[in-house]
Amino acid sequence: MPNRVAIVGIGQTHHAGHRYDVSFEEMLNEAVRAALKDAQLSIKDICAIITSNMDPFEGRGCSDTIAVAEIGAYLKAGVKPQTGGTSGATIFSVAWTYVASGLFDTVLVVGGEKQEEVGGDSQMAIITAVDELILRPFYTGALGGLAMLASKYIAETGCPEEIAALARVIMAENAVGNPYAHIRRKITIEDVLKSPMLIYPVRLLHMSPQSNGATALVLASEEKAKKITDKPVWIKDVVTVHHSGFIRYLSGLSPDPSSHEVAAKRLFQRNGITKPMEEIDIFEMYDPCIWEQIIWMEDFLLLGRGQAPKLIEKGVTKRDGAFPISPSGGVVSANDIGATGLTRFAEAALQIRKDAGDHQVTKEVNLALVSGWGAANWTILGLLSKSIT
Amino acid sequence: MERKVAIIDVAQTKYGVRPDVHLPELAFEPVEEILKKTGLKFTEDGTGIDATVICCDDYWDGRTISGVYGTDVAGGHLRHEERLEADGTLGVFYAMLEILAGHADVILVISYCKESHTEPRLVENMSVDPIFLRPIGLDFLSAAALQANAYMTKYGITAEQCAKVVIKNRGNAKLNPYAQSVAKLTIEDVLRSDMLAFPIRAMDSKPVSDGACAVILAVEDKAIKFTDKPVWIKGIADCYDLHYPGDRQLAECQSLVTASQKAYKMTGITKPVEEIDVVELCETYSYQELLWSEGLGLCAPGKGGKLIESGMTEIGGKIPVNPSGGMISGNPAIVGGMTRVVEGVLQLRGEAGAHQVDGARIALIQGSHGICGQHQCVIILANDQGGR
Repeated sequence: MPNRVAIVGIGQTHHAGHRYDVSFEEMLNEAVRAALKDAQLSIKDICAIITSNMDPFEGRGCSDTIAVAEIGAYLKAGVKPQTGGTSGATIFSVAWTYVASGLFDTVLVVGGEKQEEVGGDSQMAIITAVDELILRPFYTGALGGLAMLASKYIAETGCPEEIAALARVIMAENAVGNPYAHIRRKITIEDVLKSPMLIYPVRLLHMSPQSNGATALVLASEEKAKKITDKPVWIKDVVTVHHSGFIRYLSGLSPDPSSHEVAAKRLFQRNGITKPMEEIDIFEMYDPCIWEQIIWMEDFLLLGRGQAPKLIEKGVTKRDGAFPISPSGGVVSANDIGATGLTRFAEAALQIRKDAGDHQVTKEVNLALVSGWGAANWTILGLLSKSIT
Repeated sequence: MERKVAIIDVAQTKYGVRPDVHLPELAFEPVEEILKKTGLKFTEDGTGIDATVICCDDYWDGRTISGVYGTDVAGGHLRHEERLEADGTLGVFYAMLEILAGHADVILVISYCKESHTEPRLVENMSVDPIFLRPIGLDFLSAAALQANAYMTKYGITAEQCAKVVIKNRGNAKLNPYAQSVAKLTIEDVLRSDMLAFPIRAMDSKPVSDGACAVILAVEDKAIKFTDKPVWIKGIADCYDLHYPGDRQLAECQSLVTASQKAYKMTGITKPVEEIDVVELCETYSYQELLWSEGLGLCAPGKGGKLIESGMTEIGGKIPVNPSGGMISGNPAIVGGMTRVVEGVLQLRGEAGAHQVDGARIALIQGSHGICGQHQCVIILANDQGGR
């Protein structure tokens, strides 16, 4: 029986367009202090610190070693995983492993991003993520890949643009209730449909913003968790799957399924889930573009191909719906890359604890699905649970 | 630890400047070798390798999320793969935690770096604090020079003592077919070589190097099924020091002392010099072998110079240090720590050839990352004679 691990502390900064008032390291420190305060722990109680951001996105290398003092890692163990947009979710998975190993009983995990501070540029950096000989000359960053995926989906299913606009409006309504979200503005379907086209079919309002911010969590072993808090959120399982060729997948040159599909199959099988939409209460999804939220509901095997649009129309994914998706407002409402994946886990845990305030879903949350995404197509899919078993 | 973890096999490239290969091709060399040697395949049913861990660095590789270079060559496609931006020793540490947690039974860990295709000092300059330290041009070399000065001044360590490290390690490298620099050197050659950053001279520093390593770890019952010569991980620990050189006691290595004491405690080692048979450590610059030896408790603080003069650290001495020739004979950053693990395993399996330390049972491995050895990792390995 693997050691059980729980989330016992949650902290995040306000995710904002710019944080001129703090340095990158100070911003991480804000999230660390918030998570420790939530867990009612001091940094002395922490054995190891797992941190990440994206080096070339940010314009700084080895950010773990630079931020040692501010993240509280001085004379402690830790490591820096780095997997592109997935990083925030990867550090969560790595920290889970640290605690589950039995060698570390209380681990702090913190991710953040502050690109413009020292001249980082995520899209310029992402272009270097693909093969330099063949793909790099015509690659257009994350946006290009996401647009290709959306375009392919429209060709296959005939999904109208109004559905994407409706899904985006739902996210905006959720974000208004989330005091930490970056974009908190009520918008109409009209606004979305009229927003500038970036790359067909992706419009400005479909895309996630570039944000500054940080998120931190404290994870603890079963024994410690029960002492620290009376509302631990248990990590039921986390699956990581990497697909090596996003473009190959998009272009249909690879016969392989997407990493999302493989991850979902593995997670549901391992945890005996046969009807995910009924057994799982909410899904806090890494949805970097609103089209992907629609497509990935199907890729994650929640629905058959082409069925997501109907569900959105019926309001099932709304905060008061039967299967709320990203009640936090999702990645389209805040995207501070090193933190984004981790924020998904933080928000799902807040929902389970009933601590989400104005963006708390109406239904009772016992089991939450959480995803992370990035790089060539790196998927992290996790299950958080209110009960220990 | 409920589960015991062993290294079941290792592989490495020959180190050197390698314009003949693209980075993934370089990474594939040790992967291909280790798969051939072990006969293991990437499987989903628990009969082969369950997961992959990749250690590499975006700036060194000139590509963001540069772990994707390794995905195809190390069995990452549609499988469980983690990527760390850290020294290779941390990759071995993380793979061990995955096994202890029961998340996987058999893990392939690889690390790769091609220093020759970039400008090392620019890469290092990107890895220091960007507000205060980057504008003054600090890189790992100039930071190391500050540390060397602090250390040598405080304890009266001489340039000759540092040069002796170079002579010993380059001499050992001649016995190691994988080493890069095997030119014959005298103390005078080292002391007269170009000054890079006082007091570090060209020959006190490791050369620009390309290379890759692969290691497979397995849980006890599988390890003994896959190999007759498992090498057990008995103790392991890592520790961060502060970043800004001005905040640190540069003449001491507090993070290494903390990490090594934790690893010794986990293993049950109380007298390292008596109990350990061979040491492989990451000396990017010659003074570091002396300072790290102190941090590892091989001698008292400030006695690193006496240690090298005593001859104890030569092959055949009481506690041989870097019989492979060490980093100074050419290993890349990021890969360096995993090269030490590979060499430690070869020693404990009696497969180190001409640089074999007779009867080695317990090996001490050290890896470091960041300026002036900021993040330290210590691993203690043992063969069956050393105690499972």
